[in-house]
Amino acid sequence: MNEYTIHSAKMVPLDRSNIDTDQIIPKQFLKSIKKTGFGPNLFDSWRYLDSGYPGQDNSKRQINPEFVLNDKRYEESEILISKANFGCGSSREHAVWAIQDYGIKCVIAESFADIFYNNCFKNGLLAIALPKDSMEELFRISEEGKNIHVDLINQVILDSAESVIVKFDIDNFRKTCVLEGLDEIGISLKDSELIKSFEKNKKEVTPWIFK
Amino acid sequence: MPRTLYDKLWDLHEVTQREDGTYLLYIDRHLIHEVTSPQAFEGLRVAGRKPWRTSSNKATPDHNIPTTDRQLGLKGIKDEVSKLQVTTLDDNCKEHGIEQFDIEDERQGIVHVVGPEQGITLPGMTVVCGDSHTSTHGALGSLAMGIGTSEVEHVLATQCLVATKQKNMNVQISNVLPKGVYSKDLTMSVIGKIGTAGATGYAIEYSGKAIESMSIEARMTVCNMAIEAGARAGMVAFDEITLDYVKGKPYAPSGTQWDNAIDLWKDLKTDLGAHFDKTIKFDASKLKPQVSWGTSPEMVIDIDSVVPEPKSNSESNALDYMGLKTGMKPEDIKLDQVFIGSCTNSRLEDLRIAAEIVKGSKVSKSVKRAIVVPGSGLVSKAAIEEGLDQVFMDAGFEWRAPGCSMCLGMNPDQLDEGDHCASTSNRNFEGRQGYKGRTHLVSPATAAASAIAGNFVDVRGIVG
Repeated sequence: MNEYTIHSAKMVPLDRSNIDTDQIIPKQFLKSIKKTGFGPNLFDSWRYLDSGYPGQDNSKRQINPEFVLNDKRYEESEILISKANFGCGSSREHAVWAIQDYGIKCVIAESFADIFYNNCFKNGLLAIALPKDSMEELFRISEEGKNIHVDLINQVILDSAESVIVKFDIDNFRKTCVLEGLDEIGISLKDSELIKSFEKNKKEVTPWIFK
Repeated sequence: MPRTLYDKLWDLHEVTQREDGTYLLYIDRHLIHEVTSPQAFEGLRVAGRKPWRTSSNKATPDHNIPTTDRQLGLKGIKDEVSKLQVTTLDDNCKEHGIEQFDIEDERQGIVHVVGPEQGITLPGMTVVCGDSHTSTHGALGSLAMGIGTSEVEHVLATQCLVATKQKNMNVQISNVLPKGVYSKDLTMSVIGKIGTAGATGYAIEYSGKAIESMSIEARMTVCNMAIEAGARAGMVAFDEITLDYVKGKPYAPSGTQWDNAIDLWKDLKTDLGAHFDKTIKFDASKLKPQVSWGTSPEMVIDIDSVVPEPKSNSESNALDYMGLKTGMKPEDIKLDQVFIGSCTNSRLEDLRIAAEIVKGSKVSKSVKRAIVVPGSGLVSKAAIEEGLDQVFMDAGFEWRAPGCSMCLGMNPDQLDEGDHCASTSNRNFEGRQGYKGRTHLVSPATAAASAIAGNFVDVRGIVG
């Protein structure tokens, strides 16, 4: 079992609500048929001062110094924190792939859009929703440049002095997905016989769906 | 116990509840397009798996493909990266024997237009697609949801979705819409009121006289934007209007199967006394044409209102990005481009409404480009038979080939920096229609009338 604890990690604060997946990874990068390589284009239109395109040498682009991901204080952060309704909009899983490819291991926000939240756990990206006051505390800690610990097994977030900031909820299946990196299809296929008999019955009752 | 429409659709498809509390939900129809499927097929290949039931899957390319030079087929795709995605879909469909309406097929189009049009999506079905606007199909009395690529792979391999049950929300709309106010205005008003996370965790059922009196195409526009209210699924009960719509569609049942289907479908409505976790009421007769002013679909105003005072960081950022000031009227916003299309508003009815308004007029000289992108090859064909293409072209619109086009600009149809666009699509996110482009969401009628005026106008003074 992978002991999933993020030790002493820096947070990068994205102080905005309703961050949509079009911002997380703009459309021009969705043309890839791979799951990797999206990291340099995470938040592309906020991160750079030009409009990017696939296959570009990103090191030659002019960065936007005002965007928080480019702030030296937040370099190498492994935790992204944000406000309400993070990941809304398009179902593109590329958003999760981009966040992971950049090096983020955990996203903590006031709330998440459904599809994005689901997509996170399918890829082992931990997403934690916290109440507003806890989020405000995390934002304060991030601005002080201090680190936090995320302990998934005990479902708790600790400050750098190891005191508990907040406990968090996560359903068991999702928790196991992150901890054990499950083959979800493999698990579902264990119920193959059930699916087959359900389907057989369906074929009798609603044959038209098999067209 | 009385059940909601959502409860019934769920019960019809629940295969099993697992120890961890999640369910396996059987998926009747899986729609596939080129953007969110390549990694899923690759995953199958790596694991040595095959699709569970080939016939469940139907595919069409829509996001990437250009809306010009369609007669050239694949050769018309100049962008090699886009072309690779489209040919990858071709290859994957061929390898697994999945039926595809490819770029040369006259039935090709936006996946959410093609499904209902062909009867590929039907009442009582569970429908999924790697696209958040799959909620559109709920208009037929089905449970339709957008899914991510991992789920696309899961559905391909198992014919099931791992799901948890959502809560029930009833959006009740009494009375009927006034002249000049359309289903798009209704769905935008709902989002404006409850916010883009207002229905997160819920399945929405739209009900009430306004919905009951709507065509299926109009209901699709309403359900299409359920996701912009945060709900993965939006739906409407089955009725006579649904029946008339579905009848005779190529993939719809016929003969005795048709009679059996109707018997089952008749029950696709919420029982009297069923419990909703939340009910929200609207009076359709009080609704007005909507225009979005910001960068989130909840940032909308009535056409006769003004750009509001920002109440949050996000709203200040949005005003900045849009280049607008508090107190501006919609008529003060000068338009650079107009887009009529997308899975929200590219069906025949939408095009008829817009054509009626532009007939005999000219697109304002200040508008540099106005395009009409029909939702499918068959919508295009029907519109051409009615002469709608000519009406649009006479007015100065460009008539294009079907696809997602400028809704998200994955193909060459994009806004230039700073452009204000009246768009019948569903998202006004930053950069959605092009780098630094400014999207204003509106109904097809408002888009058409505003193209003529060069700025937003109140269509209630123009129609009927």
